Amino acid sequence: MPIEPVVGLLPGLLDLPFRDGYVSSVIYVSLYVSVTAVALSTLFSVPVAVAVGFAEFRGKRFVKSVVNTGMGFPSVVVGLLVLFAVSNQGPLGSLDLVFTREAMIMSQFVLATPPITAITLAAVSGVDDGVRDAARALGGTRLDAALVVLKEARYGIATAVLAGFGRAVSEVGSVLIVGGNITGADGISKTRTLTTAIQLEARQGQYETAMILGAVLVALVLTVNAVVVHFGDSGVTR
Amino acid sequence: MSIHRRRFLAALGAGAVAGTAGCARLVGGGGSGDDRPAVAGETLTLTTTTSTYDTGLLDEIHTDFEEMYGVTVDAVAQGTGAALESARNGDSDVVMVHARGLEDEFLRNGYGLNRRDLMFNDFVIVGPESDPAGIEGTSSATEALAAIADSEASFVSRGDNSGTHTKELNLWEAAGAEPGGDWYQETGTGMGEALNVATQQGAYTLADRGTFISQRSEIDLTVLVQGPIEDGPEILANPYGIMAVNPGVHDSANYDLAMAYIGWITSPGAQEAIAGFQTNGEQLFFPEAVSEDPDFQQYVPQGWSSDSSDE
Repeated sequence: MPIEPVVGLLPGLLDLPFRDGYVSSVIYVSLYVSVTAVALSTLFSVPVAVAVGFAEFRGKRFVKSVVNTGMGFPSVVVGLLVLFAVSNQGPLGSLDLVFTREAMIMSQFVLATPPITAITLAAVSGVDDGVRDAARALGGTRLDAALVVLKEARYGIATAVLAGFGRAVSEVGSVLIVGGNITGADGISKTRTLTTAIQLEARQGQYETAMILGAVLVALVLTVNAVVVHFGDSGVTR
Repeated sequence: MSIHRRRFLAALGAGAVAGTAGCARLVGGGGSGDDRPAVAGETLTLTTTTSTYDTGLLDEIHTDFEEMYGVTVDAVAQGTGAALESARNGDSDVVMVHARGLEDEFLRNGYGLNRRDLMFNDFVIVGPESDPAGIEGTSSATEALAAIADSEASFVSRGDNSGTHTKELNLWEAAGAEPGGDWYQETGTGMGEALNVATQQGAYTLADRGTFISQRSEIDLTVLVQGPIEDGPEILANPYGIMAVNPGVHDSANYDLAMAYIGWITSPGAQEAIAGFQTNGEQLFFPEAVSEDPDFQQYVPQGWSSDSSDE
């Protein structure tokens, strides 16, 4: 049901006061930044989650609660911290990253990592211990056991990646601060994402165009979810 | 050698300006390798206010500069306070803002150089048609604000350290009124949103004329106190200035290109383009960089003189 009004708004795209290539370049920047950030974050988070999930050590619960707290970290605060890091006066100032997509990827990496780590950790912990024991008993190495557990936990990990993507693609605070919401004079986005484009329209009181961009964002997230779920299902039938 | 080349290119550039648009495209597009200006491919970061950006002015005029030099202008719309702060941190090359007091502080602290008066429009006090404080037609902005404060009619403030917010605070001070209480709300947002909030609450607000015109069809507010463009009080003037970031403080600043930009935007051609920029059939900005009789105070903090010892 909630999809219908969204679909109803989409034809409005055809006669919008946006210039040629504007919306597609904004979508491109959104996807480029969020997908890159989530990919890097997944590469980092999954091994960490598996390591923490397998290991038994004092303070494990503390580590878990720190990761869980990170899920609620406000994006504007992350944006400010990344801005301080990449600003000309900051530790990474010489790299000239402020108002670039790379800086946006950095802040979204920071935002996406806690949910991906936490949900992956929960998924890995949820796999029956017997699976791991069986893998080891059949002569598998620790790595083999980890791979078996990852395979068992793949739905949970897919959920983790989707949660991370959802957080990254929908946040506006940090990308606005570190990216600067820049579009060239030709109307092609450099660091403007769907969320910051919506913020810009809302700032000007143009709520209708903001709503349409919002519909595009929702459609984008739905599409990415559908693609990931599709791949997850095809993995089962194989 | 390279100096000769630059001179040659400067002459080429001048020729392109004097020539037709077709010629300019020939020089810009056909130039490859050695024919291109040395700055080609570089990026100029301009931090500016929401009012210059949201009205569409910069997108409209920047194409000309980008083609002339083969560069990209990254315009970051932040509001005057944040735009100056980005420049102070060395994160931008040139700033275009509208709060002379803050600009002067920026200059005095050594962060900015080569300030020029760029253009102006004015502020207007807008409010609901019913005008509960009865300020319509008042010829003094401060009296109007005092009347709003006395009647405790709703007033929406930007509250975001922008040029408009700075002007508003100066006006309250000049009016001898203390804003506060339930009737005074800070939105902390851009001008467009502030106008929307004011519409919804039937409140007064201070707006720059450019944003008000570009949004007038969508809001339910009317101009109650005019600015100097429509013969209102001079105190509501809204002058925009432009400055380069001092490369002596931030050696990463792209000073060459910043000065090229300032030279271009204060040139007769770009100033004409600013004058010709219209929204809903109305001119939003009035250029003031080109003058037979230059105002020397535009280059230095207001009231500064080489004889004074206030430094």
